[in-house]
Amino acid sequence: MSRVLIKGARCYGEGDPVDVLIADGVIAEIGSPEAAGDTEVIDARGQVLLPGFVDLHTHLREPGREDTETVESGSAAAALGGYTAVFAMANTDPVADNAVVVEHVWRRGRETGLVDVHPVGAVTVGLAGERLAELGTMARSEAGVRIFSDDGHCVADPLLMRRALEYSTSLGVLVAQHAEEPRLTVGAQAHEGERAARFGYTGWPASAEESIVARDCILARHAGARLHVCHVSTTGTVDVLSWAKERGTRVSAEVTPHHLLLTDERLATYDPVNKVNPPLRADADVERMRQALADGVLDCVATDHAPHAVQDKDCEWAAARPGMLGLQTALSIVVRTMVEPGLLDWRGVARVMSERPAEIAGLPDQGRPLAEGEPANVVLVDPEAGWTVRGTELASIAANTPYEGMRLPAVVSATLLRGRITSREGKID
Amino acid sequence: MRHLLTTDGLDLADATAVLDTADELKRTLLGREVRKLPTLRGRTVITMFYESSTRTRVSFELAGKWMSADVVNVSAGGSSVGKGESLRDTALTLAAAGADCVIVRHPASGAAHRLAGWLAEAGTSVVNAGDGTHQHPTQALLDAATLRERLGDLAGRRIAIVGDVLHSRVARSNVHLLATLGAEVVLVAPPTLLPAGVAGWPVTVSHELDAELPAVDAVMMLRVQAERMHGSYFPSAREYSISYGLSEARLRLLPEHAVVLHPGPMLRGMEIASAVADAPQAAITEQVRNGVHVRMAVLYHLLAGEEEGRGS
Amino acid sequence: MAPRPRGAAEPAAERELLSAGDVARTIARMAHQVIEKTALGAGPDAPPVLLGIPTRGTPLATRLGVRIGEFSGIAVPTGALDVTLYRDDLRRRPTRPLEQTQVPEGGIDDRVVVLVDDVLYSGRTIRAALDALRDHGRPRSVQLAVLVDRGHRELPIRADYVGKNVPTSRSEDVSVLLTEVDGRDAVLLRETGEQRR
Repeated sequence: MSRVLIKGARCYGEGDPVDVLIADGVIAEIGSPEAAGDTEVIDARGQVLLPGFVDLHTHLREPGREDTETVESGSAAAALGGYTAVFAMANTDPVADNAVVVEHVWRRGRETGLVDVHPVGAVTVGLAGERLAELGTMARSEAGVRIFSDDGHCVADPLLMRRALEYSTSLGVLVAQHAEEPRLTVGAQAHEGERAARFGYTGWPASAEESIVARDCILARHAGARLHVCHVSTTGTVDVLSWAKERGTRVSAEVTPHHLLLTDERLATYDPVNKVNPPLRADADVERMRQALADGVLDCVATDHAPHAVQDKDCEWAAARPGMLGLQTALSIVVRTMVEPGLLDWRGVARVMSERPAEIAGLPDQGRPLAEGEPANVVLVDPEAGWTVRGTELASIAANTPYEGMRLPAVVSATLLRGRITSREGKID
Repeated sequence: MRHLLTTDGLDLADATAVLDTADELKRTLLGREVRKLPTLRGRTVITMFYESSTRTRVSFELAGKWMSADVVNVSAGGSSVGKGESLRDTALTLAAAGADCVIVRHPASGAAHRLAGWLAEAGTSVVNAGDGTHQHPTQALLDAATLRERLGDLAGRRIAIVGDVLHSRVARSNVHLLATLGAEVVLVAPPTLLPAGVAGWPVTVSHELDAELPAVDAVMMLRVQAERMHGSYFPSAREYSISYGLSEARLRLLPEHAVVLHPGPMLRGMEIASAVADAPQAAITEQVRNGVHVRMAVLYHLLAGEEEGRGS
Repeated sequence: MAPRPRGAAEPAAERELLSAGDVARTIARMAHQVIEKTALGAGPDAPPVLLGIPTRGTPLATRLGVRIGEFSGIAVPTGALDVTLYRDDLRRRPTRPLEQTQVPEGGIDDRVVVLVDDVLYSGRTIRAALDALRDHGRPRSVQLAVLVDRGHRELPIRADYVGKNVPTSRSEDVSVLLTEVDGRDAVLLRETGEQRR
């Protein structure tokens, strides 16, 4: 197996620059190792070495919408974004609600080999919210499904959610909820607030998210189950999570990069590239998301990377599909919203983008310390560089980035998966 | 003025210019046998209605025809719209066919803004004839024209807008235009029919119609759509009518000079009593008449000026 | 879109063609000519209708009407005819605001109509006025009175009554100032440096 020598990087952006030798898929030596003849040397002066990122929430669109993303193109985007593991959501066509589909996705991920692709299984058959999918079969399949979610839809029926949580405890798997009370969001298009009222969008009230999160925390506690809350977007949800965590509920939560940066100010454009579910919220919500991520009430960052075809975005707002690309921009947005304002240091970035998500998902080989003998799933970041986002230049087939034309800080200069370079200087290796 | 998409941001000079033109057009055409002006000869105006609305479409059509524009009506039923063609493709097709102006009614808020973006290169003007629950600017302009006729300058006048504000593009358009013209607006509605973000609007809010009526110069009744009756926005049509309907008794609470407006179509007996709709205070047929002149004025301001520098 | 005021006076190299006194004398002379040419008071025919073309044609028509009344003892109806909606050059300029049209009671059917304007130049305004007139009725005949004729006609139109003929070049601008609009009476000739059409 090839050897890589990373010269002059600072682990977690701390201490003196060191040389890190990677061999046989693990971190072989940290300090001043010698480069042998066949070692690839990366000049990493001024750069930061972090454990590879783990995304608990990605849409790879395969099978079904290969015109917008495939396991291959999505894996490339992930590797370029510094990810070494991603969880592919179940809302494909056909839905990943059985062993055949999840094994297909898992196998395609292995064939591509740029990032560990872990399929998420559906909680209910066809995401219809009526009866449980075969969680056990999927968990025991070759894909070894660890997270189940109907993401895109809420498991709204309280009885069904209770059963799913109870059942998950016997399998040691995690239920991840898309928290949206459907009766409160009929026809909803945008965050219910001053801007939606002014621009005439049907409101998506914060209470629709908060009421489900509160209910599920109570259900999880009674079931003795773990619960993961997808894409938290409101101040009230943070309050509910604080309360639940204080009383010992085993709940974890993610926030997306776009909910850390963008607000419903974008509604003025009527451009559906800004349409996402849950919707972009008010300024105060964004402020609270950042604080809660720094405090640990929100455990991690997850992209909710959601590729969409041009015709599904270049239309009137109400007809457009919700979602935005995120894999390649996530780190830069976290640096802009968390590192630059001093809310997180690089060790904090490692926590919210790698260690906590790996821990939540139960991945033994991801989010590990940068230490000798640990698996070499790492990312090298140039904190001083910047780049300008161009949707068409991203690795995804779709181009629906809300950051088009924005100048963002921090560049992923290399990603290594089990010691193999998967991306380097913005190119797939 | 390149497009008319919203009254939010229409400044006092532009709004006044359109209203003054409408007044002059009305005077010019009054009592004439031939109601036809050559002003827009050779210009093509296309109305594109994705929601049925005979009164608005006819009003725009007459406005265009009285100014000698060629007016073509496209409705969702009789075109490729029904074949699932996207709004963007339909718009680009019409622009390529030579439309100088597209007048669009669409159930999605912001549809007119999107059209204006897609048609920017073609140089086609867009008039919003109602987009979802967002705006219906020509309705607000014709309401203002009607109020100006009855009340004169609207600065300092107090106007109540009553009913389903939440779903009403007429209310949104009027709130902004009336504020620009210097009027005070009070919204009167049950809390369920007010948008959650109404606090940011230049209005006061009330739930007591009787308390507001004696102090207003005009009252604008909004239509209550049938589907709202089943959405638990209010307990029953009867209770709504008792609380927020403009009855004959309530008409007597209004000052003598006060004007009653309704954008139509009316639900007589529900939001407005039949006798009130026919009372001398009611300006409902004037609204319809003024609608044509206001829309002529809008077309004049969009299409009659030079093409160079049509930047805004 | 805010309309640009028409004929707003700007300081430039200018020459006074007519003083305030000249303007008054010219209007008086034109009044006599109208009385003579229309044989006012000489027969059973109704008096002519004076229609001024806004902006400055309107007060000119009013003044002319007053003079005719003084000299002949017969009141002539006066009004205004805005031709903006009939212009063929709308798309060459920013959107113009509309001005008042005021056709006197009794209308213009079978009457002699005298159109009154300040400056006759290309003739396009008068062409638009003839079109506008047609939509208001059917006059027996139409005549034209202008305070200044500066030449450069682009259409076969001539005035029946001319206050002053002024040979000009296209790069010059003739401005008529009237107290009702501009605060004083005068006719000015200015060099603009650009070819006006």
